Amino acid sequence: MAAVLTPASPVAERWYRRHAGLVRITHGINVVCFALLLMSGLQIFNAHPALYVGERSDFDHPTLAIRAHQSERGLVGETMILGHSFDTTGVLGASSEDGEISRRAFPSWITIPSYQDLATGRRWHFFFAWLLVLNGLIYLAWGIASRHFGKDLLPRRVELGHIGREVLEHLRLRFPRGAAAKRYNVLQQLAYLLVVFVLFPLMILTGLTMSPAIDSAVPQLLTLFGGRQTARLIHFAAASGLALFVIVHLVMVLVSGVWNNLRSMVTGWYDLGNQGTTDGR
Amino acid sequence: MAGDRLPSDRLDRRGLLKALAAVGGLAVSGCDRLSNEPRFRSVLDAANSLTYRVQRLLIGADRLAPEYGEADISPAFRANGSTDPQDEKYLDLVGNHFADWRLKVHGLVEHELSLSLEALRALPARTQITRHDCVEGWSCIGKWTGVPLAAILSRAGVRPEARFVVFHCADTLDDGGAFGVDPESIRYYESIDLIDAAHPQTILAYDMNGKPLTVPYGAPLRLRLERQLGYKMAKYIMRIELVQSFAHLQGGRGGYWEDRGYEWYAGI
Repeated sequence: MAAVLTPASPVAERWYRRHAGLVRITHGINVVCFALLLMSGLQIFNAHPALYVGERSDFDHPTLAIRAHQSERGLVGETMILGHSFDTTGVLGASSEDGEISRRAFPSWITIPSYQDLATGRRWHFFFAWLLVLNGLIYLAWGIASRHFGKDLLPRRVELGHIGREVLEHLRLRFPRGAAAKRYNVLQQLAYLLVVFVLFPLMILTGLTMSPAIDSAVPQLLTLFGGRQTARLIHFAAASGLALFVIVHLVMVLVSGVWNNLRSMVTGWYDLGNQGTTDGR
Repeated sequence: MAGDRLPSDRLDRRGLLKALAAVGGLAVSGCDRLSNEPRFRSVLDAANSLTYRVQRLLIGADRLAPEYGEADISPAFRANGSTDPQDEKYLDLVGNHFADWRLKVHGLVEHELSLSLEALRALPARTQITRHDCVEGWSCIGKWTGVPLAAILSRAGVRPEARFVVFHCADTLDDGGAFGVDPESIRYYESIDLIDAAHPQTILAYDMNGKPLTVPYGAPLRLRLERQLGYKMAKYIMRIELVQSFAHLQGGRGGYWEDRGYEWYAGI
């Protein structure tokens, strides 16, 4: 697609094939995998809702812990981060399950299964972890072979210089149209690079580090992450980062032309908004 | 202009969000239903057999689990599962400091064995400081001393048709005293394959942190299986049976927790 658009050209194209078929398919599979992994992961977390630094669990000094205690006003949910305690009744620690307030770290509406069942949560988690890894490998191989990463995700020097302006434009909810919308803006590029090359690899490697069998095959993982419990903490933090990304990503999809975005992620076709002319910016 | 919306975007965003929430709700209840659907569970199970095969390739027969130093030992090792069995026979053994306890080795072996704690302690031992990973997510580090399982099995002589080693335990984790419940149907047991049984770190431990194993940790004898999760490491071992298949034992899935939905292979 090297067609150079002349500003104000009367024959400016309107429809642009924004996402390649492979990106659309792997993105779709990834959406399903990540949602199920996050929810089954929270089920697994609920079995021991505390995180530690190091190889072993120092039960009296967790870095993060979600718990519940009985008070005169009923069950109180409490979230403890680095020694600071927050009342999180209703969401974390104590929340309603089948209409009754009960002890659970993450609430039933966000875990798979909704009821406490570690064994089943693990089954979901490992199945979709395999699927996510295989899907991710296909995406990576294609991204390298097709030069997708270099062409579309790697910001150019000029684009990096636009970060400040892009932040302002985003805050004002103004998004590029016309030819400028063909390319990811620099904030998108950085966010996607972070997700693809930092957060997902971290998820997978820290997940593997929690496996005692993998630790005997690749003990270097324990050194890399500073022990199994630190790996578990990083696994949780990276998952939180990905969840945060998804929220921002969805908000952006919603405010920057939701149907256009959805259409382009399903069919590939993106409406550049050129109703016969470009907007000449 | 840049601030304008495309005509299609005037469609109700709130409607879209509501629809998404409804789909989300359906998906969650759908996941619950799928979780209890045997055919779906066996699809999910395929991932576990894949994990087993890939991990077996990676760790082979004798890659060692990491070992730690004295300084790394957990000051308060968490005792989990049964910590104070109330089964009558076991209480009798405790009362007599396990003087009457014998480890029975039977099933598909050339010679049945019956070994006292003293006899076990007289055999060459291995000591290892290793990390214990619970399926719940926590880890503790402890020092274990015991007899390599391989030494016991070579004394007994494993018959060629044997494929698994089953550990029969003294404890019933559920309420063993519940009326109408046959304690034999809820007695703890576990099984491992012969590759793990031959692993140098697979030991029958009688000492923990330099002292005889106490009741919460599985006295008089427990399994250490360092490349898998804690629930595989049977405590209160009474007898070891070599079998071709564990289908005839209790729930048929090879272990107490396996019969309750957990994976037989617990390397992850």
